[in-house]
Amino acid sequence: MKTTELPRWATAFALPILNLLSALLVAALVIYLLGESPVESLGILVNSAVINPEGLSYTLFYASTFIFTGLSVSIAMKAGLFNIGSEGQLYIGGLGLTMAMLALDKVLPAWLLIPAAMIGSALFGALWAWLPGYLQARRGSHIVVTTIMFNFIAASLMNFVIVKYLIPEGQQNPASRVFADAGAMPRLNAWFPVLGDTPLNVSFLLAIVALVVYGVMVWRSAWGYQLRATGLNQHAAHYAGVSISRMIIVAMLISGALAGLGAVNSIMGSTHYLSLNFPAGAGFVGIAIALMGRQHPVGIFLSAVLFGALIQGGFDLSLEKPNIPQETFIFIQGLIILFCGAMENFYAPAILKLINLRKG
Amino acid sequence: MPPAVEFRDICKAFGPVQANSRVSFSIEKGAIHGVIGENGAGKSTLMSILYGYYHADSGQCLIDGQQRDIRSSHEAIALGIGMVHQHFMLVENFTVLDNVMLGAEGGFKLASKRAETEARLREICARYRLDVDPLAKIEDLSVGAQQRVEILKQIYRSANILILDEPTAVLTAQETASLFEILRLFKEQGKTIVLITHKLQEIMDITDQVTVMRAGKVVGAVDTAGTSKEELANMMVGRPIQGELPRAPYRPGAPVLEVTGLGLEDENKVKLLADVGFTLRAGEIVAIAGVSGNGQSELLEILSGMRLPSSGRASLLGTELPFAKRSDPDGLPALFRTLGIGHVPEDRLRDGVIKDFSVMQNTVFGYQDRVTNRWGLFDFKAIAARCAHLLKAFDVRPSNPELRIGLLSGGNQQKVVIAREVSAQPKLMLVGQPTRGVDIGTIEAIHTQLLKMRDEGVAILLVSVELEEVRALADRIIVMSGGRITGELKIEEFDTTRIGLLMGGMHKT
Repeated sequence: MKTTELPRWATAFALPILNLLSALLVAALVIYLLGESPVESLGILVNSAVINPEGLSYTLFYASTFIFTGLSVSIAMKAGLFNIGSEGQLYIGGLGLTMAMLALDKVLPAWLLIPAAMIGSALFGALWAWLPGYLQARRGSHIVVTTIMFNFIAASLMNFVIVKYLIPEGQQNPASRVFADAGAMPRLNAWFPVLGDTPLNVSFLLAIVALVVYGVMVWRSAWGYQLRATGLNQHAAHYAGVSISRMIIVAMLISGALAGLGAVNSIMGSTHYLSLNFPAGAGFVGIAIALMGRQHPVGIFLSAVLFGALIQGGFDLSLEKPNIPQETFIFIQGLIILFCGAMENFYAPAILKLINLRKG
Repeated sequence: MPPAVEFRDICKAFGPVQANSRVSFSIEKGAIHGVIGENGAGKSTLMSILYGYYHADSGQCLIDGQQRDIRSSHEAIALGIGMVHQHFMLVENFTVLDNVMLGAEGGFKLASKRAETEARLREICARYRLDVDPLAKIEDLSVGAQQRVEILKQIYRSANILILDEPTAVLTAQETASLFEILRLFKEQGKTIVLITHKLQEIMDITDQVTVMRAGKVVGAVDTAGTSKEELANMMVGRPIQGELPRAPYRPGAPVLEVTGLGLEDENKVKLLADVGFTLRAGEIVAIAGVSGNGQSELLEILSGMRLPSSGRASLLGTELPFAKRSDPDGLPALFRTLGIGHVPEDRLRDGVIKDFSVMQNTVFGYQDRVTNRWGLFDFKAIAARCAHLLKAFDVRPSNPELRIGLLSGGNQQKVVIAREVSAQPKLMLVGQPTRGVDIGTIEAIHTQLLKMRDEGVAILLVSVELEEVRALADRIIVMSGGRITGELKIEEFDTTRIGLLMGGMHKT
């Protein structure tokens, strides 16, 4: 019997893997053109990012932030909203975290301080997503346009706030003061010494919890059902009693909060101070992760780890192979967005043909 | 003379569904040929093969005696085949002229070609009495006029074989009559027409020959003159259909819905509803008859909470519906459901179901808050049990709860919607076009279900543009025209002429 629809294994695994391989193939070609061996480069990359325990630890550290930004983009996407603004929400989330820290790190013990800072980051991230959400819901301003603009506004605003208010007196470095030790997220190497001196911390476990909660909320709760209905067909969702404008605003609030929480890993897990442009594109990587992971918790996890590995491996690669600049990572990221997002179903007809051929 | 079109052993499968199996028949030149069958009988698939959208798995198509392998609609057009789809393929904010020229611009510069095309369009319009202004914008035209534009497009592209897919589904009675006039003119000019429909009366009215399809096969090919509606219906369904459905005697109970002075204006202050008032009692079906677009849809939208009226009030079992307290209708349908209002929406794919959700997920659509445990999480066991029960009780096929509902036929989708709304045991049931795009066998099942609800004491408000349906179901008929109620009659007074006059806006005469 012939089929016109792809089975689940194809859409969930075969397509993303093919798309990813295509992106890597193009990347390999570019590396070849740069005068390096793609095979050798891949070897270095895999070794440094996955096989070496310290490298793997860094990979998962980067992935922790990416899981949060990936979730941020995913939950908005499930509501039919393309939130490009996770970058800005993450950045502003960092401000919320820092303000909580600067106010409280001398008075609260760690077990109160860390949750307080997390709330600060989530709150500020949510706030930064609220206005675009509100404008979309009540005024019909397109979320893509407003969130892009909000990224720019966030960048300028943070520039101003950090330089004007947060630089400790007598310092040149555009960053806040270092937080008290109580504000440091416990690192996992305290329990697993094999990880070496790496910043992988409890945020990674929180990210896993967030993935599970996201999965349960979106696929197992009545609220998630309404969220997905809104994303697929607003007319029908309205018929089913969903308050569309409220759903849009709530989805954006959660999306922004998740992006903001990404700052917990970046700041409390590693630097312990707020620095200029600390998100370094993690919000945009979230878009790639949401697309590639198809907004599914497992997919988001795997994609986040992949991007973490690319950063970690790419860093070492550029050290060992001076011909390959560090920006190659951004290039590969672009390729992955292209193949997994824009050309998502590129291989679908071919797979369909293959399935039908085998069935006779 | 070879036939205009001949199908030989056409087979086409979509996954497990055999849409066409060994279909063979021919369509004579210069004739109006009806292809009739239930939804999912394979009519549209066959025509899509002829028009090059699909490619047959096996079998041949002969055009004018020549075997043709039509691979695209371009090739079909080149062979003189034109198709008017059920859903129009028009650019809304283009003029008629621009729509006709689209795809046939013939060069980089438009101006000279445009003048030439316009002249030809005017000539064609005059010849076929199409009554379309080439310079009018599509969005300003009525549905009937838009359909004439589609036909105009085909004539302009010199179609000799014109396929019309359910052309009257969106037309009023008058528009249908004028469409048939045009088709007859076509025939006189020696063109061949293929009319796909599931309306028996149309087949009897206009066709010369008719081919009946059922479950992907041809089950009958007859001259229209030598057959009857009953015979065609039997062939189509495969069993004799029941005439009158059984119903309990009319004994209306207490008022369930009271509507007074309901009015609605759109953004441009155009009155869509004006001073609509009526009372609906328990255990009766009141049908709102009228040509589509005369306020019935808006009335249903308001009563289901999807839209707010500009004025007036409505109360359900003595409780006033809280229109005045609201600035937007967001979330209002949920409240109305808890008050006991069920709603089968007119446009099921737009409002009634989520195409990409499974059948099971769609059986709780709108009632998602009633199937959760105390943490707001779905009780999947209960949902599955409920779904299995509904699919069985309402004979939904295939009865696979995991299937995406978009893969079901229109009739089966509608059964899911009705099953869902009925199972919520509403006090008031709003039903919009319950059998639109639904095959005869299913129509009967749906009608039986609605009558059963009525007998059990539910108040039912039915909106239908099919007078046959109104006649089969209603206890009372309210006729609307231009957003106003123009008349009311009891079912015993059913009189097509009078209803027609009321639908045309003639007040109580």
